[in-house]
Amino acid sequence: MTLIDTRTPDPKRFISGATGDWEIIVGMEIHAQVTSEAKLFSGASTTFGAAPNANVSLVDAAMPGMLPVINEVCVKQAIRTGLGLKAQINLRSVFDRKNYFYPDLPQGYQISQFKQPIVGEGKVTVSVGPAKDGSFEEIEVGIERLHLEQDAGKSMHDQHPTMSYVDLNRSGVALMEIVSKPDIRSADEAKAFLTKLRTILRYLGTCDGNMDEGSMRADVNVSVRRPGGEFGTRCEIKNVNSVRFVGQAIESEARRQIAILEDGGSIDQETRLFDPAKGETRSMRSKEEAHDYRYFPDPDLVPLEFDQAYVDALAADLTELPDEKKARFIEAFGLSEYDASVLIAEKATADFFEKVAKGRDGKAAANWVINDLLGALNKAGQGIDETPVSADQLGAIIDLIKNGTISGKIAKDLFEIVFTEGGDPVAIVDERGMKQVTDTGAIEKAVDEVIASNPEKVEQAKAKPTLAGWFVGQVMKATGGKANPQAVNALVKEKLGIDD
Amino acid sequence: MTELTKLTIAEAREKLAAKAFTATELTEAYLSAIDTANEKLNAYVAVTHDKARAMAKASDERIAKGEAGALEGIPLGIKDLFATEDVHTQASSHILDGFKPKYESTVTANLWADGAVMLGKLNMDEFAMGSSNETSYYGPVINPWRAEGSNADLVPGGSSGGSAAAVSALLCAGATATDTGGSIRQPAAFTGTVGIKPTYGRCSRWGTVAFASSLDQAGPIARDVRDAAILLKSMASVDEKDTTSVDLPVPDYEAAIGQSIKGMKIGIPREYRLDGMPEEIEALWKQGIDWMRDAGAEIVDISLPHTKYALPAYYIVAPAEASSNLARYDGVRYGLRVPGKDIADMYEQTRAAGFGREVKRRIMIGTYVLSAGYYDAYYLKAQKVRTLIKRDFEQVFDQGVDAILTPATPSAAFGIADQEMASDPVKMYLNDIFTVTVNMAGLPGIAVPAGLDAKGLPLGLQLIGKPFEEETLFRTAHVIEQAAGRFAPNKWW
Repeated sequence: MTLIDTRTPDPKRFISGATGDWEIIVGMEIHAQVTSEAKLFSGASTTFGAAPNANVSLVDAAMPGMLPVINEVCVKQAIRTGLGLKAQINLRSVFDRKNYFYPDLPQGYQISQFKQPIVGEGKVTVSVGPAKDGSFEEIEVGIERLHLEQDAGKSMHDQHPTMSYVDLNRSGVALMEIVSKPDIRSADEAKAFLTKLRTILRYLGTCDGNMDEGSMRADVNVSVRRPGGEFGTRCEIKNVNSVRFVGQAIESEARRQIAILEDGGSIDQETRLFDPAKGETRSMRSKEEAHDYRYFPDPDLVPLEFDQAYVDALAADLTELPDEKKARFIEAFGLSEYDASVLIAEKATADFFEKVAKGRDGKAAANWVINDLLGALNKAGQGIDETPVSADQLGAIIDLIKNGTISGKIAKDLFEIVFTEGGDPVAIVDERGMKQVTDTGAIEKAVDEVIASNPEKVEQAKAKPTLAGWFVGQVMKATGGKANPQAVNALVKEKLGIDD
Repeated sequence: MTELTKLTIAEAREKLAAKAFTATELTEAYLSAIDTANEKLNAYVAVTHDKARAMAKASDERIAKGEAGALEGIPLGIKDLFATEDVHTQASSHILDGFKPKYESTVTANLWADGAVMLGKLNMDEFAMGSSNETSYYGPVINPWRAEGSNADLVPGGSSGGSAAAVSALLCAGATATDTGGSIRQPAAFTGTVGIKPTYGRCSRWGTVAFASSLDQAGPIARDVRDAAILLKSMASVDEKDTTSVDLPVPDYEAAIGQSIKGMKIGIPREYRLDGMPEEIEALWKQGIDWMRDAGAEIVDISLPHTKYALPAYYIVAPAEASSNLARYDGVRYGLRVPGKDIADMYEQTRAAGFGREVKRRIMIGTYVLSAGYYDAYYLKAQKVRTLIKRDFEQVFDQGVDAILTPATPSAAFGIADQEMASDPVKMYLNDIFTVTVNMAGLPGIAVPAGLDAKGLPLGLQLIGKPFEEETLFRTAHVIEQAAGRFAPNKWW
């Protein structure tokens, strides 16, 4: 591909070496396992965690005379993903064979797409931040292509003293390889891009994005250059399996390359591996050792062809994407960019929020979801899908504040009870006497008692009206927080003879 | 009992239905013929006595119940390239030592579903690579035909040499075969049998060991045109497991036999008239033209201008695909494994020991033409040539030509261990000169015996048809068969 620099060098991303500033250039290839019941070219199951070699068909084991048959579900998933990446969908694409020998590659070739992928150029808008001042910066990362290919099996070298074992469960599982353009300029951007891509895939339901199960892994191409200069020689860091490691790998690889260049050396184009324990990359194979994959069109498969109507039908059914959802949340609910970003990061959270916000104040709903619910879940180490407080329950709590039944302070206690014990918020408030006291007679009585027992403070307050707050606090305390704070405030001022 | 083996499929079918004899008797006759002859002819690499008897018994039961299928009780030989469940399936290669699949190829499953009986697996060139059946790990097949007054062993052609020899020597009623560049038609021509390579996609490739996926196609070798039609009807089918198979109804091919060819246009391609072609071949071709004309066909001269590029292009495309298709024979999961000091060494030892010379040669050629820097010059160019060859045929058929008549081979069967052929692989490759264009274009082609050469060896003519118009080939080939008569070797084995 031709490399086009789409970004303007930005000093805040430079890293300084001994001899001046350097700019990092990153492009990524993400392997995302397609969410599907069956493999790309065989009917075998894709279930994670099955016993070794339990999910292997004759095709996956490359028995003589076996032929691949494309799984249409995987094709649809690739098209959906392409649409989610605002990319060109190619109505005709071709499967090629990538030939190399390895024990976990039974056919001796991987079926992939080389010259004519199913998806062409697209783009992803990535929000980088927040910076110290809380602001976000939007960058655009170009997508070069997306293609479908088979995963390989797994070699296990620790099961026998002299032999290796092979598990073919993954052999033939559908992967989407998503290739970015070299538009990324820092480790933070790379992390944000990968996170955003994962969010999009999860929204679309085309990949579960579980990096710890290997459903998503990244090959990271890193090079450095003097700001705005020519692109340098890149190294490819293979199979990085977490967002955090992607950041660490880029940082350490950039540092390594800068050190070599500043020493007057040059970078060898090579494939490297990231060692998370050491936090550094090491050489895997040089360019000279690179395979000649002898790609050629797979004669067992006819070209993959569909019409625009097929694509349009999938587009019509496409779920609302994160960017669109964020814009809508800001627009419709008056949310801040930050709140909207937090809510849309997981589709389940966004859906939860929308349920809570329905017919209620959007900002209040956002505050409760972000600060209280997500906070509590985070503390409990749970995800939104495991929340003990349902959207209806949280909505009921917000309603109780809104209609004056409970105060905001009591609401926090109520939330805590619902989170830990469950139950109907309205009933809990009733049963546990948490209702806000709006009966002015009862409040008046409490105010009178506080005034009567604190004559000194009464005198002081007459000279210094702000002390009224102390009386309000005392009344609230005496009423167990249930008194309506506005009513208390008004009465205290009235009794103390303080003008508003 | 030996009389039973002389019956064609059509004759045996009739007599079985009339209960003149049983399927078991017919099968025993063939088993006994094989047991006597195979040591000399080496046509079978595995004889499945027990399975054959069990299948024949089941056939007899179905016949008794009036549930006979189209091939009920007909004993067939199966080329070793077809996967047969729990039965020797090695593509006559050492590298598949001991391999007995747990699955049945679609083509053979179709035959068994119609009631056919399996006699065993037929010898072939290793991985179907060869034109003389001398590359088999199990040794060469001997042609039942001998030149008059000679005891010298001749090759039966290849790669379906076992199939052709077994049919010719009455060691099966009919046989399955495959054709990638001529592997059905050339051995049929060398043994006085009928062989048809149907249109690419007519028979499923599922369960057939792959040589060159875009060219491989299964078809029958039979004693006469009618038997070939009967067998193809059963073998052919669309298959959801092979996406290159084509979803078109399989016609009753037998019904085409005996239909007049009056008014048909038969094309005679001028590019098939080779320099130095034996006069006997030239004469045979002319004789074929006369027979066609006598039967009322119109003879037209045609041009297929890219013919001369077909063979070199074929020897790029086929090895390229083969080099990739044969990568799975790596000693890891099945077949031969020669231990090594590490994985690369194991691969090298296994493949060095497991593949024969010709297979290695083609893997090397295929690997080379797909390599970085050579792909465009070889593979891509060969694919372009292929498109042009296909277009040549399309243009001729667009002009109203119904079928094309050519010689099947440039010569009659040659001797085992022929020095000239052995020293120059290209000489061997030239055997496919008339047949290979048909594979490159994906068309159907039939080889039918048309006469004997001066030494009394059979020669064949080839008819090439439009895609999925195999019926035209059966019609026209039957005319030649009627005119030429049938040819059988003198039994010496």
